[in-house]
Amino acid sequence: MSAAPIRETPETSQRPGQQGGTSGAAPVQRRRRVTELVLLVVAWVIGIGANILVDPQRAGEDPSHVYRTAGVLIVGSLVLHAVLWLRARYADPYILPIVVTLNGLGIAMIHRIDLLMDSTAGTNQVLWTAIGMFAAILVLILLRDHRYLRRFTYISLLASALLLILPLLPGLGTEINGARIWISIGGRSFQPGEIAKITLAIFFAGYLSTNRDVILLAGPKIGPVRLPRFRDLAPMFAAWLVSIGVLVFQRDLGTAILFFGLFVAMLYLATGRLSWIVLGLLFVAAGGVVASQTFGHVAARLDAWWHAFDPAIYDAPVGGSRQIVQGIFGLASGGLFGQGLGQGRPDLVSFANSDMIITAFGEELGLIGLAAILMLFFLLISRGFRASLGTPDAFGKLLAGGLASIMVIQLFVVIGGVTRVIPLTGLTTPFMSAGGSSLLSNWIIAALLLAISHSARRPVLTGPASEEDIAAFEAHEREEQQRAEIQESERAERAQRRRARQEEARREREERRAREAEDRAAGSASSKSSEGQRAHTAITDKQSKEKGAQS
Amino acid sequence: MNRAIRHVWVAAVALFAVLLLALTFIMFFQQRSLAANAWNTRALYEQFGRDRGSILAGGEEVAYSVPADGDYAYQREYRDGEAYAPLTGYFSPIYGSTGLESAMGEQLSGESDSQFYDRVMATLSGNQPTGASVEMTVDPQLQELAASLLEGRNGSIVALEPSTGRILAMASSPSFDPNEMSSRDSAGVIETAQRLNGDPNQPLVNRAIGGDLYSPASTFKIVDTVAALESGEYDTDTVIPNPQDLELPNTNIPLPNYVGGPCASRTEADLEFALNNSCNTPFAQIAMDLGQDRIRETAENFGYGQDLSIPLNVSHSTFPTDLDDASLAMSAIGQYDVRSTPLQVAMISSAIANDGVLMRPNLIEEVRSSDLSVIDSFQAEQMQRSTSSDVAGTVKDLMVSAVDNGIASGAQVPGYSVAGKTGTAEVGTAGSTDSWFTGFAPADDPQVAIAVVYEDVEPGAASLATPSAQQMMEAVLNG
Repeated sequence: MSAAPIRETPETSQRPGQQGGTSGAAPVQRRRRVTELVLLVVAWVIGIGANILVDPQRAGEDPSHVYRTAGVLIVGSLVLHAVLWLRARYADPYILPIVVTLNGLGIAMIHRIDLLMDSTAGTNQVLWTAIGMFAAILVLILLRDHRYLRRFTYISLLASALLLILPLLPGLGTEINGARIWISIGGRSFQPGEIAKITLAIFFAGYLSTNRDVILLAGPKIGPVRLPRFRDLAPMFAAWLVSIGVLVFQRDLGTAILFFGLFVAMLYLATGRLSWIVLGLLFVAAGGVVASQTFGHVAARLDAWWHAFDPAIYDAPVGGSRQIVQGIFGLASGGLFGQGLGQGRPDLVSFANSDMIITAFGEELGLIGLAAILMLFFLLISRGFRASLGTPDAFGKLLAGGLASIMVIQLFVVIGGVTRVIPLTGLTTPFMSAGGSSLLSNWIIAALLLAISHSARRPVLTGPASEEDIAAFEAHEREEQQRAEIQESERAERAQRRRARQEEARREREERRAREAEDRAAGSASSKSSEGQRAHTAITDKQSKEKGAQS
Repeated sequence: MNRAIRHVWVAAVALFAVLLLALTFIMFFQQRSLAANAWNTRALYEQFGRDRGSILAGGEEVAYSVPADGDYAYQREYRDGEAYAPLTGYFSPIYGSTGLESAMGEQLSGESDSQFYDRVMATLSGNQPTGASVEMTVDPQLQELAASLLEGRNGSIVALEPSTGRILAMASSPSFDPNEMSSRDSAGVIETAQRLNGDPNQPLVNRAIGGDLYSPASTFKIVDTVAALESGEYDTDTVIPNPQDLELPNTNIPLPNYVGGPCASRTEADLEFALNNSCNTPFAQIAMDLGQDRIRETAENFGYGQDLSIPLNVSHSTFPTDLDDASLAMSAIGQYDVRSTPLQVAMISSAIANDGVLMRPNLIEEVRSSDLSVIDSFQAEQMQRSTSSDVAGTVKDLMVSAVDNGIASGAQVPGYSVAGKTGTAEVGTAGSTDSWFTGFAPADDPQVAIAVVYEDVEPGAASLATPSAQQMMEAVLNG
């Protein structure tokens, strides 16, 4: 960013309060769309080159796969590039090329395993790449401003719940490999949980950006830790419980960890309270202990992690460590430089093109190649956090931070799982693993990050405003004020009604107490008249009940 | 909020660092041990899919890979498998590899450090790297002769070149056909393995360097003689009592000389007479006189108790510790707990033949990469000095006399001076003996040092070891 700042001509209205006006003298970010284009060419060379190299015949016999891949990657990313020019010209220039590179490499590896296994996952992956890119284009066109999503805070919560429950519905949900996280539509399976991670991030961002002050300050203080009031965090816990609960029934440990990690990360992003994170991690530890005692498959996962090289566990017919151990053999056979693309035996590891694709890359590209891929991911998430830092609004900060955190957690769970840092749980590697739903959701995440990075990097206009700016601004202010007044009066009315009700209830209680005191006094004076006294009490009770019903 | 965002980013950095460390650990530091893991079929697929180098003897391939259909691109085949199996071992997709197939596995598959450049070039040119070929020091004629001499018997023959340590022949019987163990027919391989493992004669064991080891019996008297001469208390003129039965201290079992042999003709003997006729009692007395430490030290000078890799791993030959006099007397004649590999016995002769210098035995003549450039070649290396040149010369004369005038006369080769020593080990079962011969020829310019052992030789039958050794030496000298 060493180049001289470029002044930006005023753009057409996008944000109220910033319409028109002359640009200030402050240095602004360059748009860097040309940088993006140049990097895209590099991404094409890597992505498409890899697709040619994995084929022992160098795609000489049947080049259709390479043509398809090249077509989708080039056309798709060019259209995205053009859309960014038009709709988000300050968007981060590195995100798109990195994503295209990773996507292209993923297709290459899936195709490479297809060649060994005689399957067609590669064709499917190219199709879903096209769909994912199309979804990203739609997001960038329809979403003029990411803050628009804030309106859907609670709808997102509802949508998340629905998406997560879908696979449990009989007839719709299908169970694959022991996890019931798929739905089947027209013969194609789809994993709604992948979309749920975006809607959950939107909900968390919306809710926390609105309520963070209350959550932070309103709670009781126990020792050095100020805890949030339960009712302030209740919707958060509801979201968390829904996701965890459903995932327990769906037996998908990886996604449960992802959702809980997202929850904790976004709570920290919003509040900065480390003590809560510690509490959260204690929750996880406790939950892990309970889960390992309760669920056989969790205990098996832990055994396969800790005692992976134990012969009894290696040879266990269900939930054994064979997959982990074979994956580690795959990584080790790659060594420093790798066997070379198309030279290894990634097919010896089960799920080599989805959950275990990292071991396939490790085997063929070696430690150096895999570290380069990790660095690409690291750059990508760093650009996500950069957008989070730069964008001025709390919702955007939380959303970008949350989406970047999703990627971090997902990578850590996947790569940590195959390297035995943590127990292996099934999750996809973003942009690389075979799987349409994952690819689609990750492209949407990329589009959201691009949109937020645009608002982070575009110039903030300052300086004297024009007449029409002021007029428009005042009109907007008036509108807002009216809406606020209406809301305020409604609130005041509600409060008044509530106070009236409370007042009446209080009066009634006092009356009743007074009467009861009278009765007791009368009763002790003459026990003979107690019969008549009881009758009188019954009547007054009845009256007061009727009165209560009226009010 | 920006502070929290930065913190989360730092946490992400930490997580990525952990992942990179874990990957480095697995892919760099643990790479070799994981590749060697028995469950790593990947390594097998890779090895079997590769054009593995050949193992050669005298320029002829005895183990080689041929292109094949099926799971693996290549099939390992062995020529004259039974004769060479103790050396080559097998290369099985199910049971892994043994022998040189295992010990030289890295070179044969092209994965050794010295083949790094070849691998890089193969990767750059897009070719599969090919393995190096390994030329053995063994002489095919001798190896095949040794195998045929042992046929139908349990035993072992080792022939060394005393001046270099080259192993000219190393046979072990019974043997097996490595083709059967390296076949693609899994069921057949498993059946073969079960049969071979269940065989009480242990055909999979290379008796020359491993297995249960042998009592060296009277061949150990060479060590006693060296110890006696080195002590300065004995020379060739020293007169040693030679009773027919020696009372052993604290026992009531006498140590006898061979009944009815020439030993009985004299009650006193010098070293030459004792060694010529393999009298037991003089050597038992020498050992008790010198003490166990002197004997053990001399044995160690000849290689007992030392690590040796040829590059097949050689079991330690042992001389026992903490002996009482009775046990020491028994040990001095190579009984009790003295255990030797036939290679160790051959090394004793080799050191005597080579003026007291023990050359390190080795089986590898040359390693050549697939483009025929030499990666590694044989270097004669002194293992240690076993005894002084003078003592070696004296013992050599005594051993020549044993062949010329003594009970080892069966080893004579017309036209050459042969040095030798026989041995007869009493093993557990009564009446059953192991028959030994060790020696070298020609005595004035040793070409070959040899050790031969036959198991379970019927008592009274003609010694098998000496004539076989004679044929082996004759093959070297007249071949």
